[in-house]
Amino acid sequence: MGASGGWRGASALRCLRPAGLAGRAWGHGAPWGWAWVGWIPCLLTFLLVSCPGFKRPLSTSERVPRICIVGSGPAGFYTAQHLLKHHKLARVDIYEKLPVPFGLVRFGVAPDHPEVKNVINTFTQTAQSDRCSYYGNVTVGKDVTVEELQQAYHAVVLSYGAEDNRILGIPGENLSGVYSARAFVGWYNGLPENRDLKPDLSSKTVLVLGQGNVALDVARILLTPLDLLRKTDITEGSLAAIASSKVKRVWLVGRRGPLQVAFTIKELREMVNLPGARPILDPADFAGLRDAIKDVPRPRKRLTELMIKTALEKPGEKEAKIWASATREWGLKFLRSPLEILPTADGKRARGIRMAVTRLEGSGESATAVPTGEVEELECGLILSSIGYRSLPLGSSVPFDRKHGIIPNHLGRVQGVPGLYCSGWVKRGPTGVIITTMNDSFDTAQSVLEDLQAGMLNVSNTKEGFESVRSILQSRGVHPVSFSDWEKIDAAEVARGQLAGKPREKIVDPQEMLQLIGLAPFHSVSLKGKTLYSVLFFKPNERK
Amino acid sequence: MAAAGLLGAVATLASRRLLCAPPGAARGRAAVLGPARRFGASARAWRSSEDKVTVHFINRDGDKLTAEGKIGDSLLDVVVDSNLDIDGFGACEGTLACSTCHLIFEDQIFKKLDAVTDEEMDMLDLAYGLTETSRLGCQICLKKFMNNMTVRVPEAVADVRQSIDMSKNS
Repeated sequence: MGASGGWRGASALRCLRPAGLAGRAWGHGAPWGWAWVGWIPCLLTFLLVSCPGFKRPLSTSERVPRICIVGSGPAGFYTAQHLLKHHKLARVDIYEKLPVPFGLVRFGVAPDHPEVKNVINTFTQTAQSDRCSYYGNVTVGKDVTVEELQQAYHAVVLSYGAEDNRILGIPGENLSGVYSARAFVGWYNGLPENRDLKPDLSSKTVLVLGQGNVALDVARILLTPLDLLRKTDITEGSLAAIASSKVKRVWLVGRRGPLQVAFTIKELREMVNLPGARPILDPADFAGLRDAIKDVPRPRKRLTELMIKTALEKPGEKEAKIWASATREWGLKFLRSPLEILPTADGKRARGIRMAVTRLEGSGESATAVPTGEVEELECGLILSSIGYRSLPLGSSVPFDRKHGIIPNHLGRVQGVPGLYCSGWVKRGPTGVIITTMNDSFDTAQSVLEDLQAGMLNVSNTKEGFESVRSILQSRGVHPVSFSDWEKIDAAEVARGQLAGKPREKIVDPQEMLQLIGLAPFHSVSLKGKTLYSVLFFKPNERK
Repeated sequence: MAAAGLLGAVATLASRRLLCAPPGAARGRAAVLGPARRFGASARAWRSSEDKVTVHFINRDGDKLTAEGKIGDSLLDVVVDSNLDIDGFGACEGTLACSTCHLIFEDQIFKKLDAVTDEEMDMLDLAYGLTETSRLGCQICLKKFMNNMTVRVPEAVADVRQSIDMSKNS
């Protein structure tokens, strides 16, 4: 197989190996060790196709499974990667609501965490496989229904994530100055739906409700020195707003105690070492914790130790220096449960929050917070609720467990709907880091492969895949964005970023993206759009 | 083939490699992104075989994969350069932002490894199947004493189904 040989010769990153070029694994003898022993027909096929000069016999097993994936975030791409790698014929189409791919890697991962975004390189290799296609700008459930996709494909994998957030359910939640952290993250990361959020950053104190990694992300972005933010792919609009921010102090509030925080140690360490900021931790919160963590698992133990060290011990030279000259600060508040957002006199804006003081019942991860009856008020003009993301149901044909906010499934097989699968946050809930979603998506792909092998997906019934979806979309006036279209948008963003000394300047208006690739009429090109065009077609060295 | 050539080029552009620091030097993510080190055929030819270290990897399915690297290469480099088939290995490309290059070492080798940094420990905390002798492959650079060592790729998935591979015969 020439393709795999060429790839091998390129000696390129293993993790970037295109999922589609899986033929290279011949030499490892993997089939013998598994369930293949004794599976004579396949063995024969294997021997035949591995000998050059033999034409592979056509059989029903040679039918091409058409699989579609809904959502182009990490779950979608990792599912596609695994399917393409472990099935040599399967064709995978990835549908995405937005014109641009990669979901939370683009719109969720903090701009100052570019390392995490390296996964995009692998996703790009997957998308460039000749057995994989990307169709952006297509909203499943609106432009095309899940039933229509099931008609067009042998298997449909739902990987559309968690596009909503949990709500506080307290009075004052809708006042100006109160935002979901999800929307705030979307704003600084250029998510189109949040581009006009315009959060009011004139308050000195910000309160973040929640103690997970998203809470730490928003706190860090609010406190990071501008010179550091400027070098990231944070949007220019949000950078300008943060440049005139008056925020000096960020509180992260949790209903429970230090042993129940949800953030991970990497993010906490970043806060401890954040230039220009000092931690304000109440030693009383951490006294006696050392004994409590003797027998807890290592991650929780190390995380708690870092909090204890920061709160109780004399800082090291590096920290002491940062903290002494810090002009901003952040702190963790425990055992507080929000009761009400307090309005300003005119009733329009948030001016503070009333919280119930709680105590813990039980211990460890399962401890619950119960109100003590005591109440505390805190003045703050900006409140970000960061109590979790939430998946939404996708039409009546897809079962949805409202209580857990997931699609009920067994190992990724949607309950009661053969041929329908799910992966990522919509499968297991909105938690975990990239490796969690990777493994979880590989698991779902594995289920699809098992069902293909067991004949539970009828591939003898030829399906047209996108060919039949195309006409549906055409009839509804929907113009899908291809992966090469995205590459044009990508190039334009990178070129714009280059001018500003940053990795990319994200385009935040979907219309502008579509104009750029000729999918939207030119007469509505905005001034911004024109600037973009000039950037796209100008060569940087001409300007010097 | 054209497709493979294109993919190769993209991968080369995208490859960001960990340059192994001498023992004791900080190996945090700040020190990470050096240019790709590549040797032409002539450079390969005269390079002494003494610089080579052989490493055996026990993959998740129990398969033994053997590869060679040169002293100073990270184990991530070895996996990448030899194109070893380990699912999802090195997702963040050696920038200490994930734990997908988690490997388990033999006791006597583990004891001789350079000290682990807090940042590596932080990522190991999120690794699946963590053991007492776990390290991240991107942080371990080949040394002479590692020749012929065997490292194990931990089981990644929670469920114990046998993995299916239909890329070879379907």
